[in-house]
Amino acid sequence: MGVMKRMSGILQAKTNKLLDKAEDPRESLDLSYQKQLESLQKVRRSVADVTTAKKRIELQATQLQQQADKLQGQAKAALTQGNEDLAREALARRAALAEQLGDLQTQHEQVSAQEQKLIDTAQKLQTQVDAFRTKKETMKATYTAAEAQTKIGEAVSGISESMSDAGMSMQRAQDKIDGMQARAGAMDELLASGALTDLSNPVDDIQAQLDKASTTSTVDAELAALKAEVGTGTPPPAELGAPEHGDAPS
Amino acid sequence: MIVRILGEGQFAVADTERAALDAMDDTLMAAVDSGDEDVFATALAALASEVRRAGTPLADDAFAPSDLVVPFADATLDETKGLLAQPDDGGAADQS
Repeated sequence: MGVMKRMSGILQAKTNKLLDKAEDPRESLDLSYQKQLESLQKVRRSVADVTTAKKRIELQATQLQQQADKLQGQAKAALTQGNEDLAREALARRAALAEQLGDLQTQHEQVSAQEQKLIDTAQKLQTQVDAFRTKKETMKATYTAAEAQTKIGEAVSGISESMSDAGMSMQRAQDKIDGMQARAGAMDELLASGALTDLSNPVDDIQAQLDKASTTSTVDAELAALKAEVGTGTPPPAELGAPEHGDAPS
Repeated sequence: MIVRILGEGQFAVADTERAALDAMDDTLMAAVDSGDEDVFATALAALASEVRRAGTPLADDAFAPSDLVVPFADATLDETKGLLAQPDDGGAADQS
């Protein structure tokens, strides 16, 4: 048997689960319509889930980008101080972040594609459900019992099949998102507390070194100013404590 | 006859196209069995586009069961195998 026939059997089996064995075929129209509305709700919720997943990735990308920007600034500051090694270190860490950013970008594209597909599915289903609502009243009114049996049965099977299809599309999107959710969860943990601080903590190391260098030069400058103020004399050890003594009484 | 492409919709296709579609379907089935991802992707894309080319999209208010069903046009080999492995008694339908 070919792929198409087998797929048809599988879809049919799923669809049969959606069909009610109503005594009156007219009644099955209403039952089916109720199920259609439920299916629509599910697809809409699924769209919302995927959108949430997308937002989460966007937030992570923003955080990573901020860290990358910070490292870029630090590299610049290090160069200004003439510390090329430190600048190199900052840029190396920035490159590692850029790689993760690229990975997030890929995930974002995939999630966006799934989101669009589900939105299309929801729209298509909505159109069909609306059309069914209109048609079911006509069918109830115009068909004789004998006609209703086949015509209504076919219409209900037909739209139920569309719901099965939508259900499979939804499941498919969910499966794809699940893997990404797991990775996003890991990334959240990294960003919050864990191993990404391997990258961000050293960032603070870099900042500490920059601050230290900056402090040292400030201290040097202040020391020089102080020396000038105290005079050109050779400062004996006691003179070093002079500012403190000077501060205390006043 | 009516052909559905999963995730896409239904198409009314003339019965005279059946033989051509079946031949393409055989190629697809062989690709599934051989496990060659590239051959599979090509065969699936060819089948889906032939259905689109030869068929007319069904109107939104035409509710009819399909005679044949094509997997998601961009499905991977593994995904298709997974779909085909699903029980015919609809065990997975609870999720939909």
